[in-house]
This record gives sequence, C-alpha cells and structure tokens, in this order.
Amino acid sequence: MPDAAGLELIAQRVRATVGDDVVVGTAYAHEQAMLEIAPARVREVLAYLRDEDEQPYEFLASLHGVDYLPEQPRLGVHYQLLSRKRVERLGVKTRVTVEEPVVPSVVDLFPTANHQEREVYDMFGVLFDGHPDPRRILMPEDYVGHPQRRDFPIGGEPVLFTHNEHKLPRWYD
Amino acid sequence: MEVTRTPAAPIESPEAFRAKQLSAQQLLRGDLDGRALEEYVEERVMLTTLEKAQNWARRNACWPLGFGLACCAIEMITVIGSPRNDISRFGAEVVRASPRQADMIILSGRVSIKMAPIIRRIYDQMLEPKWVIAMGACSSSAGMFNNYAVVAGADKFLPVDVYIPGCPPRPEALMYGINKLQDKITQDPSLGWRERYQAEGTEESSA
Repeated sequence: MPDAAGLELIAQRVRATVGDDVVVGTAYAHEQAMLEIAPARVREVLAYLRDEDEQPYEFLASLHGVDYLPEQPRLGVHYQLLSRKRVERLGVKTRVTVEEPVVPSVVDLFPTANHQEREVYDMFGVLFDGHPDPRRILMPEDYVGHPQRRDFPIGGEPVLFTHNEHKLPRWYD
Repeated sequence: MEVTRTPAAPIESPEAFRAKQLSAQQLLRGDLDGRALEEYVEERVMLTTLEKAQNWARRNACWPLGFGLACCAIEMITVIGSPRNDISRFGAEVVRASPRQADMIILSGRVSIKMAPIIRRIYDQMLEPKWVIAMGACSSSAGMFNNYAVVAGADKFLPVDVYIPGCPPRPEALMYGINKLQDKITQDPSLGWRERYQAEGTEESSA
C-alpha cells in the first residue's frame, strides 16, 4: 500500500505529467490512499496510472458510485486500482454534480468497467461519456429514476406498526 | 425413547378373503345371479359424479413447474428431491420443465419488478386448470424487501391460491400448503375470482 507520503509522490507525478489542475486533493485514512481528481480528466489520469507511471496499477478492481448528499458536489465515482505485482491498492475518486453528472468512460482502458459503469448509471444516474452501450443493467429499461440516490423515495408499501398505526388508514374499521 | 406405533387396520380373516375370491370366480364364470349378484356389485362398485372424479384425479397429480426464484427454492428442492420430505406421496413430484405440462407454479422467493412480467407470462402459458402457491414472506407480501426493486406480493399481478408464511418456510410448511391446495382443488375448484386478474383464456396458442 502506498502510505501518506507515497500518495503525495503519486499526486506529484500525476500533476507533473497529466496537468497541474488535475489533482483536486489527496486523502489517507484507515491505511487507504485516495486520490481525488477532476471529473473531466479521469481517462487521462487512469491511463497514466495504468501505463506510464513508474509504479503502475494495471488492474481496475472495482468501479462504483456514491451519493454524498447533503455535501456538494453530490455524486462521486470511485475507481479502485490494484497492482497485482506489488499487491498495492490505490483509490481514485471524482465528484460530479447532479445537474451535470458526466464522467468520461474508461471502458477502452479497462474492459471490466463496461458493466460497472452501466450499474453506476442505473443506480446513480452518472452519465459515462463514450460508453459503448449506455443502458440500464439492473432495473427494467423503462424504469424512471435512479434508486440508489439518497433523495430517492424508499418505495415499497407502508407497513403498519404500532408506532405509525394512527397515521395509516385502519383497514379493520 | 419409547417408540409407539399405531396398530394397523385389522386384517380380513382368511375365510372371508377366500369367500371373496370364490364369488369373483363365480362372477367371471357367469354363475352369480339374483341377490348374490346384487351384493357383489354393491361391494365393489363406487358411484360418484364426473366432477368429483376429475377433481380427485387433479388433486393427486398436481405437477409443479421446475421454477425457483430465490432462497426459498432451496427449501422447495428439499421437499421435492429428498426422501425425508417426499411430495410424491401427494403426486406432486413430477417437476415439469415446460409450463405447458405443469399444473402448479410455486413462487419460491422474492419477485422483482423486472421478473414479474416474465412470471406472468409463464403463468399465462400454463394450461387450465392451474394453481399458484406463494411460498414465503417475500412472494406473499415482499417480506423484508419493502423497497424499489421488489413487488409487494405476487398477488399484484397473478391470482395466488395458497400463501405459505415463513422466511423461508420449513419443508413441512410447504407440504402443508400443498395439502391445502389439494383440499381447495377437491372442494372448490371453480376459482371464479380469477376473472379479476384477467387470467382466464390467456394461453398463447401456436397458431
């Protein structure tokens, strides 16, 4: 695992190679390194970390979405990178707003991202620019809304408990 | 532990059995007539209505569709496949792979909103008469999955005949449910309430 100092070195190399404004911040917590980057440059940063960095991370272990409500910008996409040679992990995350939830697709770099980006689109409504097949993957294709967003109603039907008995219609009256 | 066994039904005495054999022989030879012939027929012939005989046949050959949805399916497989809970005792062990040949569908697990139209289509493809068992809390009422992905009760989109509570129900509960379905077939097979679900005459024809 890169430690806090190692993470800063990685951030420095990314700044020097890809661009100065790419890295938004770094966070090191619970022995996990997390590099936050600007959403527009995700593809370039991951391409650099995969191929050109002196300590490359060649494997995308996971790609998932987060909703940070009430923080802004609300939506996040996390990329968990893994170096199978050195057995090291690096988290890369990016934050986008609900109004413009567009992140470049990384399917051409990591084929495994295909289904995972579809899932993030399905559950959080993040649009992946350049995805070869941007459809829903879990919910029905005519479903409206993105159910894992925090402001999405929980759905289902109200259940009669003793604590909400007086609010629900009493079917037995 | 003391094992108690109920005594078996009393066996016919050898003499009475021999007398029956002889009367059958006489009938075949054409020797029986008058009162003896009447007695012979009364002893061996049972009268019933066609509907009752038909329902009796249906209740004892209720073939399920080979269909599982979630974790309840494991319990269902236990009921069908293991000698401990053998539902061939009730004539329901012949699992059919095609809805055309099945009489009963066991909804064993949660029904997601993506799966619901598929289940309804399978149900529509089954030929009359057909029955549905909602097995477990999820297919009866969504159970603990009261959320965006799961239909709150399979009776939202198809007529359910028997509900079995449990999460998952024990195999004994499923067998009890099958027995209840058998009682239903015997007593009230009309199922007029299917009209509400527009579930009559929905079989797709090949033409």
